[in-house]
Amino acid sequence: MRWVNREPDRKQRLALGAVPMLLLVILYLFAAYARHAVNPADKILPLPSGMATALWAQMTKADVLSGTVVFWADTLASLQRLGLGLAIATLMALLVGLVLGALPPVRATFGPLVTGIAVIPPIALLPILFVALGLGETAKVALIVIGIAPVMIRDVAGHVGTLPREMLAKAQTLGAGSWQILIRVALPQAMPRLILALRLALGPAWVFLISAEAIASDVGLGYRIFLVRRYLAMDVIIPYVAWIALLAIAMDWGLKTLSQKAFPWAHGASH
Amino acid sequence: MSALLSLRNVWVEYGDRVVLEKVDLDVEQGSFVSVVGPSGAGKSTFLRVVLGQEVPTSGIITLDGEPLARECGPDRGVVFQRYSVFPHLTVLQNVMFGLECTKAPLLARLFGDAKKRAAAEATAMLQAVGLGDSLNLYPSQMSGGMQQRLAIAQALIMRPRILLLDEPFGALDPGIRADMHVLIRQLWQDFGLTIIMVTHDIKEAFSLGTRVLALDKRRHDPHAPHRYGATAVYDLELRKDAPTPEPEPEAA
Repeated sequence: MRWVNREPDRKQRLALGAVPMLLLVILYLFAAYARHAVNPADKILPLPSGMATALWAQMTKADVLSGTVVFWADTLASLQRLGLGLAIATLMALLVGLVLGALPPVRATFGPLVTGIAVIPPIALLPILFVALGLGETAKVALIVIGIAPVMIRDVAGHVGTLPREMLAKAQTLGAGSWQILIRVALPQAMPRLILALRLALGPAWVFLISAEAIASDVGLGYRIFLVRRYLAMDVIIPYVAWIALLAIAMDWGLKTLSQKAFPWAHGASH
Repeated sequence: MSALLSLRNVWVEYGDRVVLEKVDLDVEQGSFVSVVGPSGAGKSTFLRVVLGQEVPTSGIITLDGEPLARECGPDRGVVFQRYSVFPHLTVLQNVMFGLECTKAPLLARLFGDAKKRAAAEATAMLQAVGLGDSLNLYPSQMSGGMQQRLAIAQALIMRPRILLLDEPFGALDPGIRADMHVLIRQLWQDFGLTIIMVTHDIKEAFSLGTRVLALDKRRHDPHAPHRYGATAVYDLELRKDAPTPEPEPEAA
């Protein structure tokens, strides 16, 4: 059978997907045990037991200085910043993207501006944000928003702009005006695309969050990783990175499920 | 008898390219006008001009004696070959859309009794086109023929003065197409519609229409093929009388 026609079923997909991950884990363990055999105090490739101990300490013991349990305090702070940034960017993408895509005069007025902002590397704006907004939460959230909103706006606007002309003409023959087309034709059809844009923006959003936290913060997942790096504390860094990956996967899965549940028509509910 | 729709000296040009030239036409109330012609002869442009989706370069179009608005409106219904229905709405919601937009300018949604009345009206219209059993399906769950039935019901709920069909059955297979011919003729009679239908299918044009218009270029310059536009080169009245029931001559 040709490879293009070999469609693995559910069980096979799970098994096949697990193989490379298991191989990586085995490779890591092999290297870690080899290093520990030479030097039992090795810090570069910690053993699973070492990581579990370090993580458990982070998750249960209160920090001497701040009095908080750092793992949960970091997670909460990071998720708050990320959630706020994502929410603001999503709202902007929906409102601006919708009018930009559906109303040609608005597109002519603000399209070039949005394109211009979108090509600026957001990290280059970080100093400006720190100067203008201080080193607090606002600057970090603003970096996430500035980093992902323009791309999301352009994506939603592009999608709305390519709605078939026939469909817009049809809506008008059914008595719809600009406002009604916006809220009943363009908005619902933009929603699945908005969620897709948000899912794709999750990666960059995490990048901007970790960057902002690494540079100026006193709590957060990114802050912690960069802090303990000074002590070569790989036994903390590796579990933290895994935790970030887990959070990102959960968010992506949640958004995908939400889109499928809320907009079945957009996910090939075909005959 | 004054015509329902009149075109006077209508030209459509894109830069140097003349698509339609000097189209003069009157369409009577209750007629079924088929528009045929070779590809690129401006059939679809003609329909878009009447629909208001495109503005003629010069000339006057009147509907009921009034100059046509320069954009689409509820007085002209349309069914395109594709993209005529809203993919995010169910069958019933698709047909209710027109009623909701007309009656609720701000929210474009109806509630309570008004919604029930609109749903009842839409359901009756869907039964008339044979979709009474599919009210809660999404368009993507239906066949091409069912989608076109839905598009027709959606247009008819607005009681348009004139119904424009742009190759509505072009993408359907022959059996379904014959069913659709029966349906559109039935609706034309029951609702007393005035229809302009653009089609590739000459047989369809003659079997359905009371009048057949052939659009083509009157002159052709081989060195400047775009210099001359198309106009109605043939205008054939098939049946003088108003809608008459006639068996479908399609069956072989």
